[in-house]
Amino acid sequence: MADLQLKSIKKSYGSTQVINGVDIDIKDGEFVVFVGPSGCGKSTLLRMIAGLEDITGGELTIDGDVVNNLQPKERGIAMVFQSYAIFPHMTVRENVGFGLTVSGVPKSEKVRRVNEAAQVLQMEHLLERRPSQLSGGQRQRVAIGRAIVRDPKVFLFDEPLSNLDAALRMDMRMEISKLHKKLGATMIYVTHDQVEAMTLADKIVVLKDGEVQQIGSPMELFHNPANRFVAGFLGSPSMNFVSTEVISYDDTSITVGSEVLDAVTLPRNGRDVVVGDTLELGIRPQYLEPHHGDVKGALHGSVSLSERLGTETVLDVALLDGNKVIASISQDQQFEVGDKISLYFDVNRVHIF
Amino acid sequence: MLLFIVVPFILAIVFSLTNQRLMSPNAAEYVGLENYTNMLDLGVLVVDPVMDADGAILLDKNGDNQYPRLRKFTRNNPGYPDVKGMKEWFSFSWGEQKVAIMASDLVFMKALVNTFTFVAFVAPIQGALALVLALLINQPLRGIHIFRSIYFMPVVVSIVVVSLLWRFIYDGQNGLLNSALSTLTLGYFEPVNWLGNPDTALGSIMAMSIWQAVGFHMIIWLSGLQTISPTLYEAAKIEGASPWQTFRYVTWPGLRNTAVLVVIVITMQAFSLFAQIDVMTSGGPLDSTQTIVYQAVERGYGKQDISGGSAMSVVLFLIVLSISLLQRYLTREKN
Ligand SMILES: Nc1ncnc2c1ncn2[C@@H]1O[C@H](COP(=O)(O)OP(=O)(O)OP(=O)(O)O)[C@@H](O)[C@H]1O
Ligand SMILES: [Mg+2]
Repeated sequence: MADLQLKSIKKSYGSTQVINGVDIDIKDGEFVVFVGPSGCGKSTLLRMIAGLEDITGGELTIDGDVVNNLQPKERGIAMVFQSYAIFPHMTVRENVGFGLTVSGVPKSEKVRRVNEAAQVLQMEHLLERRPSQLSGGQRQRVAIGRAIVRDPKVFLFDEPLSNLDAALRMDMRMEISKLHKKLGATMIYVTHDQVEAMTLADKIVVLKDGEVQQIGSPMELFHNPANRFVAGFLGSPSMNFVSTEVISYDDTSITVGSEVLDAVTLPRNGRDVVVGDTLELGIRPQYLEPHHGDVKGALHGSVSLSERLGTETVLDVALLDGNKVIASISQDQQFEVGDKISLYFDVNRVHIF
Repeated sequence: MLLFIVVPFILAIVFSLTNQRLMSPNAAEYVGLENYTNMLDLGVLVVDPVMDADGAILLDKNGDNQYPRLRKFTRNNPGYPDVKGMKEWFSFSWGEQKVAIMASDLVFMKALVNTFTFVAFVAPIQGALALVLALLINQPLRGIHIFRSIYFMPVVVSIVVVSLLWRFIYDGQNGLLNSALSTLTLGYFEPVNWLGNPDTALGSIMAMSIWQAVGFHMIIWLSGLQTISPTLYEAAKIEGASPWQTFRYVTWPGLRNTAVLVVIVITMQAFSLFAQIDVMTSGGPLDSTQTIVYQAVERGYGKQDISGGSAMSVVLFLIVLSISLLQRYLTREKN
C-alpha cells in the first residue's frame, strides 16, 4: 500500500509528444481510474508508472521515493494486462506463483500464498489446469491472482475487462471492486468504458491528447464537468450541446436564445458575458422533457428516430437549424418519426461553456 | 509430388536388393540382402599374443606384446569363416589378448562413424549458436537488420562456392587461417595443413559447415522468437524475472515447436553431408572425412555399383528416420 505522485510527467517518442506534463496525486488505498478516448495516452501513462516505458520528463514518486529510474520489480507494483499475459505452458498454479518462483520464495510458503490468492478469487478448482483449458474470465482471474499473490504496493490494470463479453464484464467489475475493498490497496485502472470508470473509481482522471482534463470523484465530474470534453465524455447517451446567443444579462442571470431555442434565463454564476456572445449550452439527454407539438419556451425540432427500450425511450431530434440532440425519457412513450416536438429543460441543470 | 519422392525411393530399395551395375551387360539378379551384409558385416577376432616355445610372451622394441598379423585369419583360413575377407577396423587389448573388430566394408564403417561424429558435433553447436545469434539479433536496436542479412548471406551462396572459398582459407601453405593465426600469435603458430591432416580435416569441415548454415537456422529461430507475445516479456519483467529466468520461463517454452523443427532439419542436413566433402577433401586424407552420402555417391556412380550405393542410401534413410522418430518422441508434448 502506498501513495503515488506524478509531477509534470512527460513522454515523447522521438519528436512526438504523447504525454504533456501530467500531475496526479494518488492517496494510499485509492482506486483511481484513467479514462479518455483511444490514443489519449492512458496506457502510456500506466506503463510509465509500471516501469515498462521510460519517463521522458517529470518525477514519479511511490511512497515518497522517486522511482523514475527503478526497474518494475523494484517499484513494488503488479500489473494486469488486457490480453491477460499469462504464460501458456504453465499451469494456473505456476502462473499465479510465478513472481514468487523468480524471487526464490520457499516452496511451502509459495504453496500457502498461491492457495490464499486462489481462495480470494474463488479459483481453487482451477489451480492444476493449463491456460488453454480456461475461459477468458478465468484467465483474467489468473492474471489478477498473479498480481495479488505478491502483495504489491500498487495494482495497475490496463483495460483488464475489454476482452470479455458484456455479462462477464459486469461480474468481473464487481469482483475487482470487492477485491479493492478487501485488500484496501492502491489501484490504478485504465479504461475507455465510462461505466467502469463511474462504478469503480474513487477518483477519475480524464485524459485527452496526453493532458489531464479533470480529476475528481465520479459525481463531481458528472455534475460539474470542467469543460465541454469532460461533459461530453461522461454520461450515456452523451451530453447535448446547443449554440445560443446572449440576448441580455444582469447581475445574476443571463438570457439566451437562438433560432431553435425560445429565450430562456439562466443563472449567471459570475460569468463574464457581452450581448451577442455565443454560449454553448450543455444539457444531458435525461434532463430534456419532450412535448408533442410546437410549444413556446423550449427547443424546437422534429423526431428523426425513436428507440423504445421498454423502460426508456431514446429520441433523436433534429432541431430546426439541422443540429441534433438526444432526449432520453425514463418511460415508454410513443413518438412517430417526423412528429413536431418541443423539449423543455430545467435551467438549473444546464451547463454553460 | 508422390511420383518424385516415392518412386526413386522404391527404386533405391529394389536396387539395393540386386546386383545391378551401371554399365553391366548382364541383367540384374536378385541377391537378397547380400549388399547389406557386405556393407554392415562385423566380426570379432580375439588373437593370442605371439609366444616363444616356453610360453613366454614376446615383446617388441617398445616392450609391448606382439601379435600375429590379422591377415593370417582373414585370407584363405577355413578355420575363421566369420571374418573371411574382412579388414581390421580397430582393436583393443583385453588382458593378454588382443580383440580386433573386423569389418567387411571398412570404408563404409569409417563413413558411418564420421557421419555420426559430424552430426554429434554440428547439430548441437549449430543449433545453439544459431539460437544465440537469433537472441542477439532480436533486440530492437537500430540497424539490426544489417546483421540479419550478413549472417544470412552464406546461406544464399551455393555450398559449392562456399566450400571452394574455404579451401583457400584452410590452405596449408598460405591459407587465410594459418596467416591469421600466425599473426595473432606473433609467428609462433606452426602452419597446419587443415584439410590434409587426418586429425584436423573432419574438424575443419565441421567448423565450416556450422558457419555456413548457422544463418539459416538463425532465421528459423528468429521467426520462432517473433511468435512470442511481447506482453509475456512485459509480464515477466513486472514479476521481476531476471534475463536468465525470462529465457527459461518465457522464451524457451515459447520456442518448443521451433526447436523441434530446427533440431530435425539440422540433423537431416548433417547426415546428408556431401558437397563440402566432395569439393574440399574427396573423403581423404586416409578416409578421415568419408561420409555415408559421399560413399553412396562414390559407390553408385564412381564405381558404378548402383546396388551398393542404393543400399547405403537405404541405410541412411533408416538411420535418419529412426532419429527423427526418436526426437519426435523425446520432444513430444508432455501433459
Ligand atoms: N512506441 C510508440 N512510438 C510512437 N508512438 C507511440 C508509441 N506507443 C504509443 N504511441 C502513441 O502514443 C499515443 C498514446 O498511446 P496509448 O497506447 O497510451 O493510448 P491509449 O490511451 O492507451 O489508447 P487505447 O484506449 O486505444 O488503448 C498514441 O497516439 C500512440 O500512437
Ligand atoms: Mg491502451
